[in-house]
Amino acid sequence: MGPVLREIGVLLRPKWLAVRRRRGQRGRIGRLLILAAVGGAAWPFIYLALVRLLTILRAVEEIGPLLAARLLGLGLLLFLGILLLSNLIASLSSFFLARDLPAIRSSPVDWLSVYAARLLETTVSSSWMVVLVLIPVVAAYARVYGGGAGFLAVVLAAIIPFLLIPAAIGSALTLLLVRVFPARRSRDILAVTGMAAAALLVLVLRTLRPERLVNPETYRNLVDFLAVLRGPASPWLPSGWGADAMMGVLIGGFDPFHLVLLWSTAAAAFVAGAALHARLYPACFTKAQEGNENRMRHHVAWRSLERILAPLGAQRRELILKDVRMFFRDTTQWSQLIILAVLVVVYVYNMRVLPLATGTGISRYLVTLVVFLNLALTGFVLAAIAARFVFPMPSLEGRTLWLLLSAPVDARTLLGAKFRVGIVPLTAMALALTIATGWILGVPAGLFALNLLAIVGLGAAFTAQALAWGVLYPQFESENAAQIPTSLGGMLFMLGALATLGLVMFAQIWSLREFLLSGLPGRLPRAALPGELSLAAALTVVICSAGSLMPFQLAVRRLSATGRWSAES
Amino acid sequence: MIRLEGLRKRYGDFTAVDGLDLEVGSGVIFGLLGPNGAGKTTTLRMIAGILEPDAGTVELGGHDIVQHPKAARALLGFVPDRPFVYEKLTGAELLQFTAGLYGLDGPEIEARIDELLDLWDLAPWRDQLIESYSHGMRQKIIISSALIHRPKVLVVDEPMVGLDPRSARLLKDLLRSYADAGGTAMVSTHTLELAETLCDRLAVIDRGRIVAQGTLDDLRRTAAIDAAGLEEVFLRITRGATDAEIDRALEA
Repeated sequence: MGPVLREIGVLLRPKWLAVRRRRGQRGRIGRLLILAAVGGAAWPFIYLALVRLLTILRAVEEIGPLLAARLLGLGLLLFLGILLLSNLIASLSSFFLARDLPAIRSSPVDWLSVYAARLLETTVSSSWMVVLVLIPVVAAYARVYGGGAGFLAVVLAAIIPFLLIPAAIGSALTLLLVRVFPARRSRDILAVTGMAAAALLVLVLRTLRPERLVNPETYRNLVDFLAVLRGPASPWLPSGWGADAMMGVLIGGFDPFHLVLLWSTAAAAFVAGAALHARLYPACFTKAQEGNENRMRHHVAWRSLERILAPLGAQRRELILKDVRMFFRDTTQWSQLIILAVLVVVYVYNMRVLPLATGTGISRYLVTLVVFLNLALTGFVLAAIAARFVFPMPSLEGRTLWLLLSAPVDARTLLGAKFRVGIVPLTAMALALTIATGWILGVPAGLFALNLLAIVGLGAAFTAQALAWGVLYPQFESENAAQIPTSLGGMLFMLGALATLGLVMFAQIWSLREFLLSGLPGRLPRAALPGELSLAAALTVVICSAGSLMPFQLAVRRLSATGRWSAES
Repeated sequence: MIRLEGLRKRYGDFTAVDGLDLEVGSGVIFGLLGPNGAGKTTTLRMIAGILEPDAGTVELGGHDIVQHPKAARALLGFVPDRPFVYEKLTGAELLQFTAGLYGLDGPEIEARIDELLDLWDLAPWRDQLIESYSHGMRQKIIISSALIHRPKVLVVDEPMVGLDPRSARLLKDLLRSYADAGGTAMVSTHTLELAETLCDRLAVIDRGRIVAQGTLDDLRRTAAIDAAGLEEVFLRITRGATDAEIDRALEA
């Protein structure tokens, strides 16, 4: 066993060194800050909501603790599903697509060491986020049921095998998947499946209408709901064993058998995975090196797009076509549109279920406030989408930048093409959101037109700003487009975009202040005057024009100094 | 066609290129030789307008690459040392894209694309995504994209990497015909056999400076050895490892 352990250490050392050395890199700080901000907001929310819910459940006689256990089982079952899916995807990279695999495969390292090291790597990379979410959950259970050091020890003893089981099963399933499909095709299939599953989860969670939890009258219904829920009571799944082990310590009747079940299953999954690996991995690795059947037909959609773009001239047309083709041929990129579409649906649904839309007596003043709140939220959604899809565009040129920089293309043409690629879908989505929500809220015509103007202007400003920050803070070394916005540049873009949004909101509210005040109780309600609306519109145009043109010019200047810009590639 | 004057480039404390002066006329294949880290790739990337010099000038066809980048680059075809291209485009789409960057369009370009794909045996792969191409096929499609607009200046960094013997021979013939037709080619290579048989003039660069230049005979004179091959000359000029040092390194 000694040599195997030593080899595992040798195999994991480069990863460990890479993690340590990334700490000081630019972009890492931004990523950590974003993680800290999200964690700082999510942890208290999860913790407080769970403490409240568990306190209520505890008060339910006889079945209260059982319901809490069932809730924990449900949560762990959800985590188990997420872990299985993320392990499937992560093991594709670590076992089949990693760049160091040819060197490792050609070295005299024992296969078991490679399997164990890659499994550990897969487990860590796909589980850390679940562990972070588990922390406030465990803390809430400990707080409500008075769990101490014993509880924490049991949690640790349960969680480690709970994480290892889906990792071993996930990597074994990936092995079988790669036996049938090439690795890159398998990655595409898993990316789409993962996004569809995440989208479905969002939809299910939303249609459960968790906002009813704030209404005490609905608690009883929730208890009834949990009581009849049969799903999570699963004696055959690790989530059930984990929940039973943890709750056993908290409410009495702890049975070490559940921990034995978890550890023995993890060991069995590891042994079975290793056996499968020993038998199939060489053939599957060879199969994984095959390319996809990637013959592209000159589809009618591309021909139509070529014709539409023809008036722009060969240079602009080809720059736009290239970006659009690259986006729609990269499954990891376009599949995120699925979850985006679901979030838009959820947003519109939220507007529909707002009490003011059903006429439950909210004053006109509040309706007007909701119209402005809607603009703020739509603007925020737009900024987030620009951060995800437009900000990475300059960085994604990275290794292929030589082709653009050695050709007679000026920075304005290059950025102009990217601006067009970014602004069209962004504006279309913003208009769809604004029109749908405006119609649901019954926004008066004047305010509606002002909203449309603001959202189109903000779309242009966010696209230009995302490109500018993308040029100022390129992440050429990153191969994962989804990771690029979490850099320092991405964070600065979000701050700048939100400042622009705030400025537009302030200008509109200031211009319409007399109209807004007229809605307060005791005043004479009146409609917005054309003069007020015109002033708000003019200020919106000025802010959005400045917010688009200035960053665009800055990006052009920066990109024109090609030597300095490309030196970072 | 290519004129470098006092060209200098530093990366932090390290001077990659240190005051390079060079002039290459039309109809010449010019070989740039040197040990690893000598500054060859940095020089070629400055000629191609990818890196901005800290000092000095690069002129292509009389156009300064920094002052008049569009005019200078319109004359240029560049083949980098590493074949990174858009993985999600097909070979034909990459050539169409490159032609578009030079403002070229229409049936003539479609015919040119077919011609180049046929020349490099890539026609069966024209509609395959580049991500499924081998290293050699990527090199061929990049060379094709550098030639799509019939450039007057061709800058090629390590042209033979990944090419099979047939394609390597094809590239040599192509470069010769290109120069004979009046084109200017600057080729950086470690393949001394290629440099010896193909290049009209050579420069040996070491630690960012040109230490010898001219024809092979000129280099022999600089190295003070008669009738030796380019390998001997190169090792003498760049003070390569001695036989004794090599023997010591290979001892078990």
